[in-house]
Amino acid sequence: MFFDLRLIIAFLFACYGAVLTALGAAGTTEADRAKTGGWNVNLWVGLAMLGFAAVMGLWAALRPIQPPDGEGDGEAE
Amino acid sequence: MTPLAATQLRLDAQPVDYALLALYFALVLGIGTMARRSVSASLDFFLAGRALPAWVTGLAFISANLGAVEIFGMTANGAQFGIPTVHYYWIGAIPAMVFLGLVMMPFYYGSKVRSVPEFLLRRFGRFAHLVNGLSFALAQVLIAGVNLYALATVVNLLLGWPLWVSVLAAAAIVLAYTTLGGLSAAVYNEVLQFFVIVAMLVPITLVGLHRVGGWDGLTHRIRAVNADAELQLHSWPGTNLTGIENATLSVLGIVFGLGFVLSFGYWTTNFAEVQRALAAQDMSAARRTPLIGAYPKALIVLVIVIPGMLAAVLSPELAAYKASGGTLNNGVTYNNAIELLIRDLLPSGMLGVAITGLLAAFMAGMAANVSSFNTVFTYDIWQSYVVRDRPDQYYLRVGRLATVAGCAIAVGTAFIASDYNNIMDYLQTLFSFFNAPLFATFVLGMFWRRTSPVAGGVGLLVGTASAVTIDQLNRHHVLHMSGQGPSFVAASAAFVMDIAVSVPLSLATQPKPDSELGGLVWALTPRVRSKPDAWYRSPGLLAGGVLALATALSIVFW
Repeated sequence: MFFDLRLIIAFLFACYGAVLTALGAAGTTEADRAKTGGWNVNLWVGLAMLGFAAVMGLWAALRPIQPPDGEGDGEAE
Repeated sequence: MTPLAATQLRLDAQPVDYALLALYFALVLGIGTMARRSVSASLDFFLAGRALPAWVTGLAFISANLGAVEIFGMTANGAQFGIPTVHYYWIGAIPAMVFLGLVMMPFYYGSKVRSVPEFLLRRFGRFAHLVNGLSFALAQVLIAGVNLYALATVVNLLLGWPLWVSVLAAAAIVLAYTTLGGLSAAVYNEVLQFFVIVAMLVPITLVGLHRVGGWDGLTHRIRAVNADAELQLHSWPGTNLTGIENATLSVLGIVFGLGFVLSFGYWTTNFAEVQRALAAQDMSAARRTPLIGAYPKALIVLVIVIPGMLAAVLSPELAAYKASGGTLNNGVTYNNAIELLIRDLLPSGMLGVAITGLLAAFMAGMAANVSSFNTVFTYDIWQSYVVRDRPDQYYLRVGRLATVAGCAIAVGTAFIASDYNNIMDYLQTLFSFFNAPLFATFVLGMFWRRTSPVAGGVGLLVGTASAVTIDQLNRHHVLHMSGQGPSFVAASAAFVMDIAVSVPLSLATQPKPDSELGGLVWALTPRVRSKPDAWYRSPGLLAGGVLALATALSIVFW
């Protein structure tokens, strides 16, 4: 891989998570609550997305991309 | 997938929803541009330079399958039939993906072929190769059209753009990133799309279950309005899914027709899927690709079938349609299940994520169709039969042009799709004609070195003819089957007839000499000798784990 896809995924979900969390924290309308049966879905999904972004970012930080050198190749001769 | 009348389904998107959508599209195009830097040879463009790690190819493997047919079709099945829809996954896809990873991938990856038709060329010669290459290319542009049309209907509902403008805009985006970055761009975007699709499906399922009072509330409401509720709430015998009234025959149809022939045929020979595994960085990653993909595949069914079941009780329009036995003409069909849920359950914010997920799914499907079409067209048709022996740069250019042509044809086939309400049934029937005999020929050719080139080609034709015959007999009411049963029976017939013709024909004709079959036939292929690897990378262990997971889930939903 020539760029780290994990960081792009982390970036997208960090942005999504921040927007949804902010929307949810700002409060929901009566109409929204009727749709979801009372759940503040934006808040909870937003927080879950932030957590997921953190996991992806952590994974990328702990196991950075190695330049390919054919290691781990279990091919037959 | 009948488009809803604009007045019925107005997704009430706010500026923040459009912003979330815009951010996603900016990233998708950005990935295409970044991937372009790594494309310097045709192998980079068509097979991502065979350099991707297994978790990327594994997620792309199932994301390529999560297109319009899957999202619309399987939620529709959930709304109409309920739990028996799980058979497409736990007895269908999962065993087939395990078989692909453990048994077939050593042949595909080890023989260094660049496509599935190319494997047929090496094993059976030109006749089988050309038949398969042409029919695969045709099938891919037809399915790309279905995905594109589905994409356009969502844009149409969302923005109110006319359908033809929506089709062109959607095609332009897929074209932009696949022409720029080739398979790498398609695969990277498929992985991104996978996560966005999950971020759409999981909240829909949870909110829907909350609204009906949990699983008990859902079953209670299904029992209240359906005479055949027990069939919808248990996976076996699935007589409502197959349309075969006898319970034993229905189980047989599911296990053999759907589980063995149709699913093994689709997952192990469909190049749009296999291509993702061929892009893996080494043999171990190639074998793990379908096995890693199988885990999310085993679980994602829950957030596809349950939303379908929820839509049929939560949406008044769909409930009325179902109560009428699918005859009421009120502007919705089962295919609208997921759109109705997005409209009814999600407030602004999550609404934007869900719209993005829906568009992402159809783009993933179309990009998979287009990126496998350009490979087969360039390597198996153009390079093999039209213009041979040119430098690699020439074929890279042909591939880019084939991508443009593929998208242009898909625009045309999208308008064909818009004329058919039942285009998905139609395509599934075509798959039973085409994949089932292909799988029979593959298995025979891999395990019996005596299988001759003549038998390979004729077997394919006879198998397809058998499936077409069953389909025609049923259409003209000589046989009496409804539901999904006919395609299961047709696939079974194609498989059995293909074998029945190929075996005597092989014995009567000249086989290929053993010296030309190394790496193509089980007995003449050196076993894969794995270097000691981390325990969690063992294909056998991954396979055992996912089979256990599918079995456990099957027992829970028995």
